[in-house]
Amino acid sequence: MPEPKEPIDPNEAIDPNQAIAPTSGFGGGMDLAATDAETLEKPPGEEQEGGPSAKPRSLWSDAWRDLRRNPIFIISALIILFLVFISIWPGTIATQDPLAANLAKAQDGPAPGHPFGFDNQGRDVYTRVVYGARASVTVGVCATAGVVILGSVLGGLAGFFGGWWDAVLSRISDVFFGIPVVLGGLVFLSVVTNSTVWPVVGFMVLLGWPQIARIARGSVITARQNDYVQAARALGAGNSRMLVRHIAPNAVAPVIVVGTIALGTYIALEATLSYLGVGLKPPTVSWGIDISDASNEIRNAPHMLLWPAGALSLTVLAFIMLGDAVRDALDPKLR
Amino acid sequence: MRGATRVRCAVGVLAVALAATACGGGSSGSSGGSSGGIVRASWGDPQNPLEPTDTNEVQGGKVLDMIFRGLKKYNPKTAKAENMIAQSITSTDAQNFDIKIKPGWKFSNGQPVTSDSFINAWNYGADLKNAQLNAFFFEQIDGYDKVHPDAVGATPTATKLSGLTKVSDTEFKVKLNTKFSLWPDTLGYAAFYPLPQSFFTDHSGWLKKPVGNGPYLIQQYTKGTQMSLRKWTGYKGDDAAANNGVDLRVYTDNNTAYTDLQAGNIDLVDDIPASQLKNVKSDLGSRYINEPAGIIQTISFPLYAKGWSTPQSALVRQGLSMAINRKQITQQIFQNTRTPASDWTSPVLGDAGGFKEGLCGQECDYNPTKAKQLIQQGGGLPGGKITIGYNADTGSHKEWVDATCNSINNVLGNNKACVGEPTGTFADFRNKITNKQMTNPFRSGWQMDYPLIQDFLQPQYFTNASSNDSHYNSPTFDKLVNQANAESNSSQAVSTFQDAEKQLVKDMPAIPLWYQNGSAGYSSNLTDVALNPFSVPVYNEIKVK
Amino acid sequence: MGRYVIRRLLQMIPVFIGSTFLIFFMVYALGDPVAALFGEKAPDPATAAQIRHDLYLDHSLGAQYLHYMKNIFVGDFGTAFNGEPVLTLMGDAFPITIRLTIVAIIFEIIIGILLGVITGMRRGKPVDTGVLLLTLVVISVPTFVTGYVLQYVFGVELKWTSPSVSPSAPFNELILPGLVLALVSLAYVTRLTRTSIAENTRADYVRTAVAKGLPRHRVIIRHLLRNSLIPVVTFIGTDIGALMGGAIVTERIFNIHGVGYQLYQGILRNNAPTVVGFVTILVLVFLLANLLVDLLYAVLDPRIRYA
Repeated sequence: MPEPKEPIDPNEAIDPNQAIAPTSGFGGGMDLAATDAETLEKPPGEEQEGGPSAKPRSLWSDAWRDLRRNPIFIISALIILFLVFISIWPGTIATQDPLAANLAKAQDGPAPGHPFGFDNQGRDVYTRVVYGARASVTVGVCATAGVVILGSVLGGLAGFFGGWWDAVLSRISDVFFGIPVVLGGLVFLSVVTNSTVWPVVGFMVLLGWPQIARIARGSVITARQNDYVQAARALGAGNSRMLVRHIAPNAVAPVIVVGTIALGTYIALEATLSYLGVGLKPPTVSWGIDISDASNEIRNAPHMLLWPAGALSLTVLAFIMLGDAVRDALDPKLR
Repeated sequence: MRGATRVRCAVGVLAVALAATACGGGSSGSSGGSSGGIVRASWGDPQNPLEPTDTNEVQGGKVLDMIFRGLKKYNPKTAKAENMIAQSITSTDAQNFDIKIKPGWKFSNGQPVTSDSFINAWNYGADLKNAQLNAFFFEQIDGYDKVHPDAVGATPTATKLSGLTKVSDTEFKVKLNTKFSLWPDTLGYAAFYPLPQSFFTDHSGWLKKPVGNGPYLIQQYTKGTQMSLRKWTGYKGDDAAANNGVDLRVYTDNNTAYTDLQAGNIDLVDDIPASQLKNVKSDLGSRYINEPAGIIQTISFPLYAKGWSTPQSALVRQGLSMAINRKQITQQIFQNTRTPASDWTSPVLGDAGGFKEGLCGQECDYNPTKAKQLIQQGGGLPGGKITIGYNADTGSHKEWVDATCNSINNVLGNNKACVGEPTGTFADFRNKITNKQMTNPFRSGWQMDYPLIQDFLQPQYFTNASSNDSHYNSPTFDKLVNQANAESNSSQAVSTFQDAEKQLVKDMPAIPLWYQNGSAGYSSNLTDVALNPFSVPVYNEIKVK
Repeated sequence: MGRYVIRRLLQMIPVFIGSTFLIFFMVYALGDPVAALFGEKAPDPATAAQIRHDLYLDHSLGAQYLHYMKNIFVGDFGTAFNGEPVLTLMGDAFPITIRLTIVAIIFEIIIGILLGVITGMRRGKPVDTGVLLLTLVVISVPTFVTGYVLQYVFGVELKWTSPSVSPSAPFNELILPGLVLALVSLAYVTRLTRTSIAENTRADYVRTAVAKGLPRHRVIIRHLLRNSLIPVVTFIGTDIGALMGGAIVTERIFNIHGVGYQLYQGILRNNAPTVVGFVTILVLVFLLANLLVDLLYAVLDPRIRYA
């Protein structure tokens, strides 16, 4: 599919320096959105787009065109890029060691050089929030991606073909639904000695896909009945073409909604697994572990919970906004 | 209570259909005010059926201590073993004991307490067929190897311990298979309680509602939720209940029990959750108890593993011990509900019982410079780093293990030298230890069975002893322990045990960390609440206003 | 329709066998339960061997499984380590958990769908943003914290309810725990409803209905909502089983001795009969809930038919 020329490519438009400065995360995004909106008023750019391609524009390319102009999309993309940036280079905005502990300062509030205070081991909360992004964002994004891909493919096929396919896939998902997280975690993760995030991600995908599969299946079953799908079928469209061009764009909304919320719950689930002793292990730093540690101290040191939970909220917010924007872009009725 | 009910109904409007039926009557459940002199206390679900010889954890033990009395009883204040049912226990050679029991004692079902009650109970506990978890408490009694052969798959050749001989209804003799002068002092432990005839004639009935000879009797028992104990008026001992009874309510989380105490729904919580320690004094004021208990926490080393088996590695272990800032950790993490340890026993033993503050010497004092030096001298940490193993499912060990590692890391100037290594379940953790699969240090703890220095040393550090998790093997230590056990003079015995303990300083098979306290909180309905040296409330002394 | 239901019910048999074996195998993989019975002490080998023999643990995995299944067919689900028959545990735990789940599901349906409709109709308005912020809080703050805070506020400070639930766990005591249990699911239901409503407000049939001059609430309930509910119903269907088995944290906070607690204990103590028994029932709940959801599809969207 030919990529139409862009008045402003949001990905390139980001000035890394601007993104790094802690204060400009939101403000910068707003500015960009404003610039973007201005450029959109130039009609020629828009008309040229359809030109080079002789094919009728697909729903997908329409969606992409819409997205680029949506300020919500741009803000959320900026937040996500910022999160990715600090995941890769946490040292640029946090100069201390997230593992350095001074127990004498345990649970102390903010102090000069320690804007967010200390945790119960006397470690700097700000530094840990910054360093925790890597593990948490990786777990959240990768687990969600895996679950959404596996779940929507399997669920979509089950819903589309029905019959045998449906029976077998749905019953397998029922068995997986039944496996308690605690049992699965203890069995699958306690044998793993590897201390990276990947076993945790793999485990979440393994236990998470049935839910998305059910949602995707339900949506596909509904979408399959639509007049235009029946029309496409009557016109002799192939299965794969129908699924990709007609059904998927109309069935994707609930998957996006569940996926974006699930992203947050996976980051939190990582904490549960760590609490069970089978998740990420120190010296890995993650929001999940810190949130779990902070939960017990809620009466005496609420600041320990506030900051990592706030970071998690921001991440979830960015992805929910992104999901909303993508969904709006895919909905022809809103156009 | 009325107001509360009304509001509950108001909240219920949200779910009209559900609440409609439930809001008719007055207060729901049994959570009214405390009345009739009953103590409402928190409890944990016992892990095993409530048989004295099958109960090896605190929650079940708590009930057994209320409904039973044995030959001896440990003084709730001094931990000294005092005669209870025993009239006298005498011996001339520390191996053959003559036990006389007081006449007139009865079980609460009317059956008498005779020497048979003890002999039958002990035979039952030792018999391999019954697979009792506390069977090994009888291993010193002559004939144990016949009733309970050691090898897997072997069948017992006898059902009765040959070392037990009945003389009369009030007297029996015990022959041990080795000299053990302090043996009578072990007889306060639950495994040695007598059992009534009904235990043997109607076993399942007894398990549903255990019957004993103690100050309380069980009025009602709903497994998993609640047990109602009532004062037994026919109780013979001098420590009859000062209240009318105790309702034990099962809590799956001590935090909930604590919140219920604050809300006035229960009167006594005997385990203050770690997360409330900071505010417990402002919440409860003087109704918070924090008293030493016979529990010590240690870090054990797999002395069988590569890197820990060389003589030089003792220096590394001593260095690690000196790298742990016990004082700071007990203050910041435990809010002083632990006391830094300086020997391998417990303060509840008292000086006469063998506790000796500072026995460990400088090896248990925080000294960063010396610590680093010793670790380097011993060849450094095996592989350059260590982990401290713990189980994640019980006891919230993560916090202190992390703090201990941080203390070591700060001393070594390397933030990744030591990290915590959780294992998911206690079962898995214990299996790894039992099967000698540990390669790194791991947490270990010891709660005394009876207040004797012998109980802190022999089971844990004697060659091949049941809880020798380090697989420590020291001929010097073993020799001194044997010598101490054979000593007929108890103060001489204690000092020989302390000599053995000094060997632990040199070899450091386990690093003593801190002595654990028992903690409890109670409502203003109660007075005279105290914890015994086993960190269990002394229920029979509690008075209800 | 009837044949479809019968076919679905017959599919339960392979799922039952498959899931019992899978779970049995997983508990087996957890390791030997006997060592933990001895606490901090090393088990004495003879006693441990005797216990293994008594519990049939000295056989191969296959033999243990067959033994277990054979017993199930005569109604014996085995015993937990504290001597309680698993059947008794299930009989005590499931009624309580079912009540708790019903309360949670009612919250999801009433509050979740209501908030979803409101935010879907008023996208971008303050109420939408407010609900979004609440959603973020619910996702980022652990249930343990929200549960504890609510328990403290309502139980200790305001004294509106009792902090813990009494052993009989009547419905009125389960309102607060049910709300806590439903919180995260509420986020899903609200946003799913919101999205569906937003999509369908512009659908032709809704415009037609509005053009016909039907009253607003009638349009919303009969036309808009009915067609928006399929994803929501699907989610709630999958949630029933998840709520029943996954209420561990909520049950702990409010001292409810339900399925989550028993299951957790069974897992920690590697007790196969407890875990397999409870999970099997949960899998059957999943199957029935999903069947119900599939049948509801046809009710909500008449174009969907089952042969």
